[in-house]
Amino acid sequence: MKEHLLASKVTGIPPSGIRKFFDIVTEMKDVISLGVGEPDFDTPWHIREEGIYSLEKGKTIYTSNSGLMELRQEITLYLERRYKIGYDPKTQVLVTVGASEGIDLALRALINPGDEILIPEPSYVSYKPCTVLAGGVPVVIATKAENEFRLTAEELEANITPKTKALILPYPNNPTGAIMRKEDLEKIVEVLKNKDIIVISDEIYAELTYGGEHISIASFPEMYEQTVVLNGFSKAYAMTGWRMGYAAGPQALIAAMTKIHQYAIMCAPSTSQYAGIQALRHGDEDVQMMRSSYDGRRRLLVQGFRDMGLDCFEPLGAFYVFPCIQKTGLSSNEFCERLLQEQKVAAVPGTAFGDCGEGFIRCSYAYSVENLKEALHRIEQFVKKYI
Amino acid sequence: MRQKLLEILEKDSRLSVEDLATMLGVQKEDVQREIETLEAEQIICGYHTLINWDQTDKESVTALIEVKVTPQRGEGFDKIAHRIYNFSEVKAVYLMSGGFDLTVIVEGKTMKEVALFVAHKLAPLDTVLSTATHFVLKKYKEYGIIFEKGQKDERMIVCP
Repeated sequence: MKEHLLASKVTGIPPSGIRKFFDIVTEMKDVISLGVGEPDFDTPWHIREEGIYSLEKGKTIYTSNSGLMELRQEITLYLERRYKIGYDPKTQVLVTVGASEGIDLALRALINPGDEILIPEPSYVSYKPCTVLAGGVPVVIATKAENEFRLTAEELEANITPKTKALILPYPNNPTGAIMRKEDLEKIVEVLKNKDIIVISDEIYAELTYGGEHISIASFPEMYEQTVVLNGFSKAYAMTGWRMGYAAGPQALIAAMTKIHQYAIMCAPSTSQYAGIQALRHGDEDVQMMRSSYDGRRRLLVQGFRDMGLDCFEPLGAFYVFPCIQKTGLSSNEFCERLLQEQKVAAVPGTAFGDCGEGFIRCSYAYSVENLKEALHRIEQFVKKYI
Repeated sequence: MRQKLLEILEKDSRLSVEDLATMLGVQKEDVQREIETLEAEQIICGYHTLINWDQTDKESVTALIEVKVTPQRGEGFDKIAHRIYNFSEVKAVYLMSGGFDLTVIVEGKTMKEVALFVAHKLAPLDTVLSTATHFVLKKYKEYGIIFEKGQKDERMIVCP
């Protein structure tokens, strides 16, 4: 087909920064990877079993556009129980195909041509393209290592213009592992309250918060009407392939998102929805077990990088560490490509998550301790040559 | 720390004290001391290797034996359990609720050897009323580990 027939909006979007790297990696053998963005656990069996049972009972038809009522009820109970945010399951919750769909829907439901969307970076790869596809203008806020990649009130304020429509708040953060503590959020709330700016709070890693509880910005009463919470099952319950997420927020926004969802998607997969009910009802112990397991591996990886002389702040969320590799004199891309060629270890260049990720690499600890130790050993051999 | 340390060790007892200390966010010396205490208190009772013997040439059979006994005055089931668990063929003994009293797990080289053990050693014990021997045909899962080949990481090597 002729290239010019494609929408210029789409052709104008650069391919994912991870793509090129992915192509190199897939051709190599015996690679130890720290590059994966999903849990190393299987979905707990009782959850899978519930999905199987729903199939056996022939529950294979469309559900309501918003998702099964029973599931939406469980979602509201969960958000109340875990994060002290109350929603009406009938009008304020939408079950989506992964939290990724939620990002797209929220942006499409909010953006008028030329509206600006504030996007703290480094962050997940879809915010910018989804903003552009929805006709918006991404405004990147580069968060800093010295602030442990938290968004500060000053950085936020400096980027607000009359055109600002929304802020994406991606914490706990992929790729940095940064979280926003209560006191950090309080300052953000001070800036945003009573302004016509919506917060799209991507909390997909909320359950993977270490040494404290995740705080949602929606739990601040002054922000409740201004915030849409995006969450899901992928990270908390190791359910990435089920594609299950949800959005919860003010009625008008959820209604608008539901409108797009009902035409574009119809409904989230029914099997996954039944499994999701089981996860929310009986999955707390699994989440606890996985969190505790990640926590030990997190410390191991952070210590490993520090021992080899690299600066590495302590990430308190998600399952990534984000060590600084500037000391080696290499760029993120060079570091990762050479590390792969010389030691067969795959990590992701920080620049895949925004220009300000330069000088960092993302390493996931969703791997066995044995795997992590071998990777650390190899990286140490590599780093030694440069520092 | 105790609970978490035990949870980690239960899954992998080969981790070094250094790694355990890092994973728990405590000092190496504290981990060392805690492990020694746990051993002294016999909360940690041993460090074993889980082997799928079916994958080797070694001949062995496992049997689960249901045993009904008469509890003894003043001793309950403990005395008879003691007489049973001291046999080296016996790998585990549990006191049960329900239709019988003791579960005895016995290992031997052949079915005949196990049968002879039951006939000559176990059944004749004074307080043993009856036994029912069930041989294990295949072990699918042991101590939380699935004995199935080909469980490998199928995740993409790099993804956002």
